[in-house]
Amino acid sequence: MHRFANPARFQRIADPLLPWLALATVAAFALGLVWSLVASPADYIQSETVRIMYVHVPAAWMALATYATLAVASAIALVWRHPLADIAARAAAPLGAGFTLIALVTGSLWGKPMWGTWWVWDARLTSVLILFFLYLGHIALSHAFDDPQRGARAASVLAIVGAVNLPIVKFSVDWWNTLHQPASVFRMDGPTIDPAMLGPLFAMAAAYLLFFVTLLLVRMKAELLAARLRARQIDRAMR
Amino acid sequence: MNDLQTYFAMDGYGGFIWPSYLATAVILVALTIASVLRLRRLRRDLAQFESERESAR
Repeated sequence: MHRFANPARFQRIADPLLPWLALATVAAFALGLVWSLVASPADYIQSETVRIMYVHVPAAWMALATYATLAVASAIALVWRHPLADIAARAAAPLGAGFTLIALVTGSLWGKPMWGTWWVWDARLTSVLILFFLYLGHIALSHAFDDPQRGARAASVLAIVGAVNLPIVKFSVDWWNTLHQPASVFRMDGPTIDPAMLGPLFAMAAAYLLFFVTLLLVRMKAELLAARLRARQIDRAMR
Repeated sequence: MNDLQTYFAMDGYGGFIWPSYLATAVILVALTIASVLRLRRLRRDLAQFESERESAR
């Protein structure tokens, strides 16, 4: 981990990777979209609406994975004062908010034809809405102080405390009676989804993951520049 | 032509499926544009700051 702590080394590793990551993201989305929308069958119960799964489920996975990244980066920032950890946390939060919003919107569009309602206050939907507000709170808090260090520290505490929501989201479908269906891919006894649908699902999941890594690096580069600009401005004001 | 219409109708669920994909695309593209524009703006601001400092010397 500490080998990547140096911002200059981060740039040296990130810069040559970025064009390839961007290319891989576009290619993965092209493959995923064709597979999801054309080259996969309709479900025997859900008919064509199963296609909403290919954008909804990977977005929900990424909403959780991004929050886990945020919480781990925040813990590293608080405990070891790792110079890139705050920057990674700040860069990740808007991406996580975006993934969560996708999960909520596409879930609503899937719920209407399948459940007959756009929204229901069951444990899964409510805990994901809370996840969305945790992301918004993190973004607001990290920008709420004139001193970015204090903002980062307050946001880190929120991110770590909010991590209790992650197992609640994941296991909400087992702990409570939810309208939302239980897990059908990451189960102890293996996936219960037809292999013809697992292909496009994993292709889209790979595309989302590549998208996250690519934009995380772009946003971390921007955060590093912002920090450098701030330091120069303070430097000049002191003279 | 008729085949295409049948495809886009998605067995009557087109009104839910296409907006799902559209909303996803809008959110992902918006995140991309915002992130790239911010990086560009900061690069420009930093370069401008450095050149001002050079000329002030």
